Amino acid sequence: MATSDSPNIKKLQVRRYPPEENPKKTYLTEERGLWAWMTTVDHKKIGWLYLSSIAFFFFVAGVLALLLRTELLTPSQSFITADTYNQLFTLHGAIMVFFFLVPSVPAALGNFILPLQLGCKDVAFPRVNLLSFYIYVAGAIIVLTAIFTGGVDTGWTFYTPYSSSAAGGNIMMMTFGVFVLGFSSILTGLNFIVTIHRMRSPGLTWNKLPLFLWGLYATSVIQILATPVLAITLLLLTMERLLGIGIFDPAIGGDPVLYQHFFWFYSHPAVYIMIVPGFGIISEIITTFSRKHIFGYWAIALSSLAIAFIGFLVWGHHMFVAGQSSLANMVFSFLTFLVGIPTGIKIFNWVATMYKGSIDLKTPMLYAMSFLFLFMIGGFTGIMLGALSVDIHLHDTYYVVAHFHYVMMGGMVFAFLGGLHYWWPKMTGKMYNEFWAKISLLILFIGFNLTFLPQFVMGSLGMPRRYFNYLEQFQGYHQLSTWGAYLLGVGFVIMAVYLFHSMRNGKQAKANPWGSRSLEWQASSPPPLHNFEHHTPVIIHGSYDYHKPMSEFQLGIPTSHNGHGEEETVTPEPGPAEEADK
Amino acid sequence: MAQPSLSVKKEKPEHHHFVDADQQFEASKMGVWIFLVTEILFFGGLFAAYIVYRAWYPELFIAASDELDVFWGAVNTVVLISSSLTVAMAIRSVQLNQIKGLIINLWITISLAGVFMVIKYFEYAEKIGKGVLPGAHYTYDGVDHEKANIFFSIYYMMTGLHGIHVLVGISLMLWLVWKAKKGHFSSKYYNPVEGTGLYWHLVDIIWIFLFPLLYLID
Amino acid sequence: MNRLFDFMLPPEKSTTAGEVDALFHFITEVSLILLLGITAVMLYFAFKYRRKSEDETTPLITHNNTLEITWSVIPLILVLIVFSWGYQGYLAKTNPPDDAYEIRAVATSWLWQFHYQNGHVSTNELHVPANRPVRIIMSSDDVIHSFYVPDYRVKMDVLPNRYTQVWFEATEPGESVLYCAEYCGTAHSDMLADVIVHTQEDFELWLETGDAIDEDLSPAELGEQLVQRQGCMACHSTDGTVLQGPSFLGAFGRDRELTDGTTVTIDENYIRQSLLEPNTQVAAGFQPIMPSYAASLNDRQIDAIIEYLKTLEE
Repeated sequence: MATSDSPNIKKLQVRRYPPEENPKKTYLTEERGLWAWMTTVDHKKIGWLYLSSIAFFFFVAGVLALLLRTELLTPSQSFITADTYNQLFTLHGAIMVFFFLVPSVPAALGNFILPLQLGCKDVAFPRVNLLSFYIYVAGAIIVLTAIFTGGVDTGWTFYTPYSSSAAGGNIMMMTFGVFVLGFSSILTGLNFIVTIHRMRSPGLTWNKLPLFLWGLYATSVIQILATPVLAITLLLLTMERLLGIGIFDPAIGGDPVLYQHFFWFYSHPAVYIMIVPGFGIISEIITTFSRKHIFGYWAIALSSLAIAFIGFLVWGHHMFVAGQSSLANMVFSFLTFLVGIPTGIKIFNWVATMYKGSIDLKTPMLYAMSFLFLFMIGGFTGIMLGALSVDIHLHDTYYVVAHFHYVMMGGMVFAFLGGLHYWWPKMTGKMYNEFWAKISLLILFIGFNLTFLPQFVMGSLGMPRRYFNYLEQFQGYHQLSTWGAYLLGVGFVIMAVYLFHSMRNGKQAKANPWGSRSLEWQASSPPPLHNFEHHTPVIIHGSYDYHKPMSEFQLGIPTSHNGHGEEETVTPEPGPAEEADK
Repeated sequence: MAQPSLSVKKEKPEHHHFVDADQQFEASKMGVWIFLVTEILFFGGLFAAYIVYRAWYPELFIAASDELDVFWGAVNTVVLISSSLTVAMAIRSVQLNQIKGLIINLWITISLAGVFMVIKYFEYAEKIGKGVLPGAHYTYDGVDHEKANIFFSIYYMMTGLHGIHVLVGISLMLWLVWKAKKGHFSSKYYNPVEGTGLYWHLVDIIWIFLFPLLYLID
Repeated sequence: MNRLFDFMLPPEKSTTAGEVDALFHFITEVSLILLLGITAVMLYFAFKYRRKSEDETTPLITHNNTLEITWSVIPLILVLIVFSWGYQGYLAKTNPPDDAYEIRAVATSWLWQFHYQNGHVSTNELHVPANRPVRIIMSSDDVIHSFYVPDYRVKMDVLPNRYTQVWFEATEPGESVLYCAEYCGTAHSDMLADVIVHTQEDFELWLETGDAIDEDLSPAELGEQLVQRQGCMACHSTDGTVLQGPSFLGAFGRDRELTDGTTVTIDENYIRQSLLEPNTQVAAGFQPIMPSYAASLNDRQIDAIIEYLKTLEE
């Protein structure tokens, strides 16, 4: 880094760089055209490529969910067969998990925001970044091919021996596709870790790192540690079907419960891959719209890492009734409760941040508050499912379905949408329609609760999940749930309309419409191709120092051209480091 | 130090988004290390399967491992260790700016990797010839244990995956030779050589675990 | 006891259900209090500290260790209570009393068979005595299934390569539903069975005589009842729809091509053979997945099923 090599003297000559309003040259106006977009190594454009892909998959899997819910309006078959139903719920789960939830925040929003918050021009390995996108595309194409050449009806968990011998369809191709996809996730995680370690701007120490980046950091650690295990598991499963290696298939001598251990060793941490970056977004939104310093910075940052760490030790709580020993069940149950503590700490700290703030209830803030409410329900019902005796009753019922939808959709998707609205002006340079955004949020909030609250009730009454036919006593709950799902669909359609509309006709966004102190808002909206085009930002204050004036956040090292001159001579001057040279 | 040395001449980085060459070097080195961690976890899944089955059926592993040829396994171990040495010498050469030495050492490493694969081929061919195939296709009756097929499934998965890594390593080194001939590397920029070297050491280390775990059980 | 969330749980029909329910209510109620409390504080802050002007400043409050410790320790205590309570209940549920009555259960896609100690076999009906612990020893013939009776709050996976067990003590005669809770393929949601709880005397009687109710039915009526009770309908329709197996409608007397290329006429012998050794003559286009009924049907019952199939003309 271009700072001093001397350990004790760090004096930099800095200048104030207020971001340019209504910039003429932005990353959107340079390197235009389809080919430039498809071959871009710019992290912002790659973020958009991911964003459009995950939006596509979210739409597909959402439509599948509506079909499933429609079928469940009646207790017996109404318009699709049992096999079709089983394929649809498998695809809904697999697509949502592997193609939407896992890449949504890190690969789409993270790619866009991470270098901006670090003050660097790009991630550490831009070409690897593009490669990881194309690996994602390749995985998607393989999976789509699998769907159209036989489909898969195993559930997204691919449990053996059903998946290894009994089930029909094209499971081999499906698991291979997810295997390929895993490498995309690994490469993104690798890229982020190196970028956060090596590419921070001068002065951006670990204790000033924005909490969104702490979230992404914890996520990336899980991605690189857990995803390889999923990869090898799915490779073994693929080999199981291709060569009959028999490690998981009891018909050849293998053990199906071993598969479940392997699978959940990845897939439980994967839950945290999905939710931890969402936590990061919430920290950013709540501080910005409360215009207040985050409460308990280290508590929030370290609890993300604690969750990432403990998250690796709780996979067995998916298998309380799978036939593992009582001792294993006890240990896994105990550790499961421990994960609850750092999660609770976060919630308390967020609420405490609002205390004595200056709270502006803009759409992202409302998303963050909805997140808190819904995620708490998800968390509390998680405690319920961690309790051994109760879990025996609730395992594999709709109670579990409702629980993880509250965590994944009420938590993760609401955080993602909050982040999308929060950074929308930065990404597009346009404002969305605040009125319609709030209407859509209200519909989503009501629709979501209407869909999933009844599922808690029918689950604890004994309605098992993955049921095509059900007993008539559950019909009322199922119908409520279906109407809620339709409402959710309406909410998303409204959102799609006003977001598309804002892209073309939205009001021009200011560089920092929310008055945030975070570094990404000190670039223009939308940012130039190389982010902070003519200088290297210098970070003196933390990104939550709302008690300090904005001008102190717009500092950078002046350089001759674009920050990589042959020789950078910066004459050190006496005086406080903060001194701005105007 | 009295004077901050901000005016130190910084090397220009190969890729423009880095501030300087140091940052680029550190970043790519860290990237390779993290990649190696994921590789270890990738194999870790197979090692876990190995541990579980060995704990369940210890007698099977003793019996079945007799079917593996310790002599050729040992030869392959020596071959791979030698190749680790030559790849280290390749890195040393490029650090000293001896591009010719780099290319020669890379060729030696590639040949040793090739020898490894040829020996592996003969081992596989011998086993497949007598019906030692993974899982469901297992027809050999020389090992008196009902789960013998599972041992060989694990054997084939582990050594097969390792073999694929050797092949990837060979391609990477061929690519390095090609780049070196075009004059891409010097003592100032040799990140890909360093990275491939680290990767090759990992492939070597994995084999050093596989050899005793599979061949030397008794 | 009348509690706020009673509507969320099915009736308690086993000795261990009350324990589970007490914990369920405890967690639900404490959670509700916390949820409403935190939400109320959040909404209150959002209102009280709403932005009044654009140039408002806020005080610098970075952290408070006392608060951090408080809201770490109190939840920790709460979850430790829940943990030990849950574990205690779990131990009671997993260790069957020594004098438990044993029943062997075999799950197959997609039906349940129960073997009793006197050799009696029932399909998709589990008969148990009331007020006596019952231990079910389970295994699967194919994929993983799961034994779930919500009324008893018991669930256990049924595995293909090892035995698992579950125990319960039903408190009163009556009927409950037994579900398969682990996804097992096409007719997973039809893999239901009835748990029929008898008094001790009735149970002994049932073991002796089996389904004595059959006596006064005509063979075709009995056959219809058997086809419904024995789980045949999960794979075979009576209205012409092709499920996992061929439909029964108009099947009798027709020629059918088999997977080995030969053709047979569906007559009494073919039906008998298909019930006893189902996978020796599989109809073309279908998988050999049907379980054998050799242990659960006697000759009279097989005759009855044949008679019933004869009535299903197109």
